[in-house]
Amino acid sequence: MAYSKKVIDHYQNPRNVGSLDKSAPTVGTGVVGAPECGDVMKLQIQVEGDRIVDAKFKTFGCGSAIASSSLATEWIKGKTLDEALAIQNTQIVEELSLPPVKIHCSVLAEDAIKAAVHDYKSKQAGEAKA
Amino acid sequence: MKLPIYMDYQATTPCDPRVVEAMLPYFTESFGNAASRNHRYGWEAEEAVEKAREQIAALIGANPKEIVFTSGSTESINLALKGAAEMYAERGKHIITCQSEHKAVLDVAKHLEQQGFEVTYLQPDKTGRVTAEAVAAALRPDTILVALMWANNEVGTLNPVREIGALCHAKGVLFFTDATQAAGKVPVDVEADHVDMLCLSGHKIYGPKGVGILYVRRKNPRVRLVAQMDGGGHERGMRSGTLNVPSIVGLGKACELARLEMPEESARTAALRDHLEQRIFSELDFVYLNGNREHRLPNNLNVSFAYVEGESLIMGFSDVAVSSGSACTSASLEPSHVLRSMAVGEDLAHSSIRFGIGRYTTREEVDFAAKQVIGAVKRLRELSPLYEMALEGIDPKTVNWQAHH
Repeated sequence: MAYSKKVIDHYQNPRNVGSLDKSAPTVGTGVVGAPECGDVMKLQIQVEGDRIVDAKFKTFGCGSAIASSSLATEWIKGKTLDEALAIQNTQIVEELSLPPVKIHCSVLAEDAIKAAVHDYKSKQAGEAKA
Repeated sequence: MKLPIYMDYQATTPCDPRVVEAMLPYFTESFGNAASRNHRYGWEAEEAVEKAREQIAALIGANPKEIVFTSGSTESINLALKGAAEMYAERGKHIITCQSEHKAVLDVAKHLEQQGFEVTYLQPDKTGRVTAEAVAAALRPDTILVALMWANNEVGTLNPVREIGALCHAKGVLFFTDATQAAGKVPVDVEADHVDMLCLSGHKIYGPKGVGILYVRRKNPRVRLVAQMDGGGHERGMRSGTLNVPSIVGLGKACELARLEMPEESARTAALRDHLEQRIFSELDFVYLNGNREHRLPNNLNVSFAYVEGESLIMGFSDVAVSSGSACTSASLEPSHVLRSMAVGEDLAHSSIRFGIGRYTTREEVDFAAKQVIGAVKRLRELSPLYEMALEGIDPKTVNWQAHH
């Protein structure tokens, strides 16, 4: 299978690898996928106001899954939560030139962003109530 | 050292230069049709084919007359299973095979099911092995055929062929074994092992691609098959078509070399394999051997590197050519059916790599490969949320994952 140059670049030099403190109220964590499906993505955001000031990821999956999540962190850094939620998997497919069999990797990355934002929002809602 | 290092000897092997040399005259000078009875060109070709038949028969303890030339193991399997099923359908319609067989066997079995045959797919044990007891328990009065491989192509596990063969002969059931991976690696003797039909392929034993054989027993019992290709009635009427003389000569030479060099070569590849295994297991945590440590091919090593996905791992050591049991590397979206049948766990199936050691593998190559693999696993585990969890003491298996697909 031939990978696009951009997939190889993200695979070899993944951006924003790491973990943020998942218990911090300003951090949202999204974990999507399942080991038996061959891919699990963990994407975390650090939020100030409504802006994502930092993002980190760790991914178990094929090269395209690693590249999709690496690209996702690159894109959401500096964006508002709403802007991040507007990112669609098709944009990732296009940017990385993913073949049809790898589209699910981009879907997973989109889901990971949404899950992280959702986690952050529910934490904030919980704080507001408390 | 030539890069990438070839470590996929179960997929195919290069032709041995001695094989190529033996083949060459049969393309240009001795190009006759082995079926031409009226002139020297034909006689030369026929003589070459008969010599090859003897060389092949000697490797598996057969009579040369029991060797049927085919295009390779897939065709041999089709001929053996469909040919026997059609011939003996009146006796019964039950066939026994195993879930970890090669797709060539499983797909033919499925085809036969559509034709009204009933197939029992035995589940191997956790090491990929099928016992004679399991076969005995599945036998029925209407069982006509047992089809079980000698050695598994993914994990290298060897089945107890002799016990299974003896059982089949005692019960009057035909026994077919796919020896594509075993021939030339471990001793094969169709008499002592009670085998009725057996296939092997040239390209797995340093011979050419596109040529193989089906061994068909001629006595005790005499096996009869319905031909799957009609034509000039070549090969005792079982496989029509002009014989591929150069390739047959090459297969013969490859079998001769395999027979003569097997003891030394198997010891050498096993030592290299053990060295690779030892390095991987001593330098990494969370690694698991797939297969049977005691009963396996000398040249096979199949390992699951937990918390790292196989395809990304292969990308990480592009200077080593290997195969993965992960779904992503193959055309299908399912991970290896062999590892699944062994109940290895889908997560570990996705993390498996098969290393194949062969005639031309050197110690230097093994050390290079080990270094690359170990480095790639360590790097990818830095990226792995599952490894992070494992280090925190959370077994990812206990997490309630929201599966997407």
